[in-house]
Amino acid sequence: MNQPVDLSKSLPDANGLFGSFGGRFVAETLMPLILELQDEYTTAKNDPEFQRQLAYFQGDYVGRPSPLYFAERLTEHFGGASIYLKREELNHTGAHKINNCIGQVLLAKQMGKKRIIAETGAGMHGVATATVAARFGLPCVIYMGTTDIERQQTNVFRMKLLGAEIIPVTSGTGTLKDAMNEALRDWVTNVDDTFYIIGTVAGPHPYPAMVRDFQAVIGHETRSQMLEKKGRLPDSLVACVGGGSNAIGLFYPFLDDPDVQMIGVEAGGKGVKSGLHAASLNGGTPGVLHGNRTYLLQNEDGQITDAHSISAGLDYPGIGPEHAWLHEQKRVEYVSATDDEALEAFQVCCRQEGIIPALETAHALAEVAKRAPTLPREHLMVINLSGRGDKDMTSVAHHLGDKFGVKNL
Amino acid sequence: MSIVHSNTMPDTVNQAMNHSPRIEQCFAALKQQNRPALVSYLTAGDPDADTSRRLLHGLPSAGVDIIELGMPFSDPMADGPAIQKAALRALNNGQTQAKTLEMVRHFREENSTTPIVLMGYYNPIFCYGVERFLADAARAGVDGLIVVDLPPEHDEELCTPAAQHSIDFIRLATPTTDAKRLPKVLANASGFIYYVSVAGVTGGSAPTSERLESSVAKLREHTELPIAVGFGIRTAEQAATIGRFSDAVVVGSALVDCIENANTPDEAVERVHGLVSELAESVRACREVEERMEEQLSV
Ligand SMILES: Cc1ncc(COP(=O)(O)O)c(C=O)c1O
Repeated sequence: MNQPVDLSKSLPDANGLFGSFGGRFVAETLMPLILELQDEYTTAKNDPEFQRQLAYFQGDYVGRPSPLYFAERLTEHFGGASIYLKREELNHTGAHKINNCIGQVLLAKQMGKKRIIAETGAGMHGVATATVAARFGLPCVIYMGTTDIERQQTNVFRMKLLGAEIIPVTSGTGTLKDAMNEALRDWVTNVDDTFYIIGTVAGPHPYPAMVRDFQAVIGHETRSQMLEKKGRLPDSLVACVGGGSNAIGLFYPFLDDPDVQMIGVEAGGKGVKSGLHAASLNGGTPGVLHGNRTYLLQNEDGQITDAHSISAGLDYPGIGPEHAWLHEQKRVEYVSATDDEALEAFQVCCRQEGIIPALETAHALAEVAKRAPTLPREHLMVINLSGRGDKDMTSVAHHLGDKFGVKNL
Repeated sequence: MSIVHSNTMPDTVNQAMNHSPRIEQCFAALKQQNRPALVSYLTAGDPDADTSRRLLHGLPSAGVDIIELGMPFSDPMADGPAIQKAALRALNNGQTQAKTLEMVRHFREENSTTPIVLMGYYNPIFCYGVERFLADAARAGVDGLIVVDLPPEHDEELCTPAAQHSIDFIRLATPTTDAKRLPKVLANASGFIYYVSVAGVTGGSAPTSERLESSVAKLREHTELPIAVGFGIRTAEQAATIGRFSDAVVVGSALVDCIENANTPDEAVERVHGLVSELAESVRACREVEERMEEQLSV
């Protein structure tokens, strides 16, 4: 039984803390800007005009609300719980990422910023950022690790078409964490005119709370859609967790409903025991990175270790601080799915529902494959279908191509 | 207690000994000589433990007044490529927090006067355990800490506990630190203030000295602590210019580049100490012209 506490209303506190997690662990150069951003965001949150603009772009530009779809064939296939897919992959640009980007770019405009930067892993956040930058006529620089550039070629090209400049990051393993380091370095150098659109619920306060609020539209819609369809709340919510933005977006509006069970699925890579994974909560320890305290993959000397995942968007050695807190509160259960399990669930979704999910999302589906069969049909399970898999064709062909007689894409 | 520090003591903290005598004595002595301090930055364990030790031990005789020793971190967000690579070289060769503290202890066996300030990021300290780290650092002979990602908003993490161990917490002030924020930045600062000359990462572009001079002057209106200037200072000439109006000049990436560009450990040691000597000579002479002019005027 979950604790019936008022989890959602008060956090983070004024210092950006969720319990002992979160905070503002940044260089002094960035502090004044972060404080200003916090003020601007607080104002915007209560400004009807800002909210009106946000709602307008979420509707006519992003295409919200996204459907809550009853996945009849998947339900039959697993033979248990009733499975509903929250179709975030139908958003403009193909993932939940744009919910946040629209919000942040409006804020950037309001603050008079002249230049947008972002980090990206899978490229979905990069594409969403490049998209809103194009829409609002702002120059845009995207930092992306060289490993990720390799495995997400399609998105790299999309970003270029949208007018963004891609800066390849070679440091570390050339993945999301390294891209974030480099974006932070850019930001500290160009504080005056630059707005940093962080793509997940990480970074220093107010980012984790702000990104959560922009993504919470997912959960708010799910709530009213399920009430409309079934006259009651769902029994469980399942989402994949990289930094944790699609998960918190779905979970947040339900945190105070003790009967709604929540499951976050981390990337288990080759298995949490193998050491080759990206499961910060299941295989990490608390530490401080990228402006906040959270669970991290690190050695005993506090050096960050490399994450491993088949999916670029989950390949990050940390997790949003609110998830670290929800984990310790035991409000959300965090599990992991391996690369192989994700690939298997990916194919099931393609064939049963005619929906090609992102590899990130496939991790959530892998948990559904384990859990749904054990539950009765009355159990209403919502999965955040956070993104579509077109971007992953090269990677998937690399892993499964032989099976389909395809060598290389 | 000295005049220099009396204004900045937070009254809640033990008045007897909550700052490093070495740093205070160093600046007092340099004030007598009317010259700025030369502060060097090297990453502990770069390029390897042995060479790093030789580099460290030779710094005072080459002319360094205050030593900043970097604690390598895998994700140095505030550093440019030179210091990023230095951290990687050190970590790849097995450097740890414990080994860095051991280096300081070893150095103290032969040098009891040159202040050592450990510089880095919070996570390796947090993982070592704050109390254990401070106790071990104090015992090893560490005088101060510069932790880039701990702004005053997080003073309870390390700054306040450090005072209990008489370790100075050296605060960074930057071009973005406005008048409204400055008192907060200075409130619990001790040792000296490190003015970051440009908004950016280490090893970036050089600051323009006119703007810098007025920034340092403004800072002086708010603090009696000595003011060091760093970021982007590479040459003896720049050090001299900045040393005319600051109490210390910090050179880091230029020294670290000497290690990167050397083909052998011996060459690294030679190049680093060579550049230090040049810088030392230049900071020692930088106010002489003014002195002579003042003498002439007063005659
Ligand atoms: C489709 C999709 N889902 C999930 C994620 C993971 O991010 P988060 O945990 O912030 O939702 C990404 C990140 O790139 C993504 O592209």
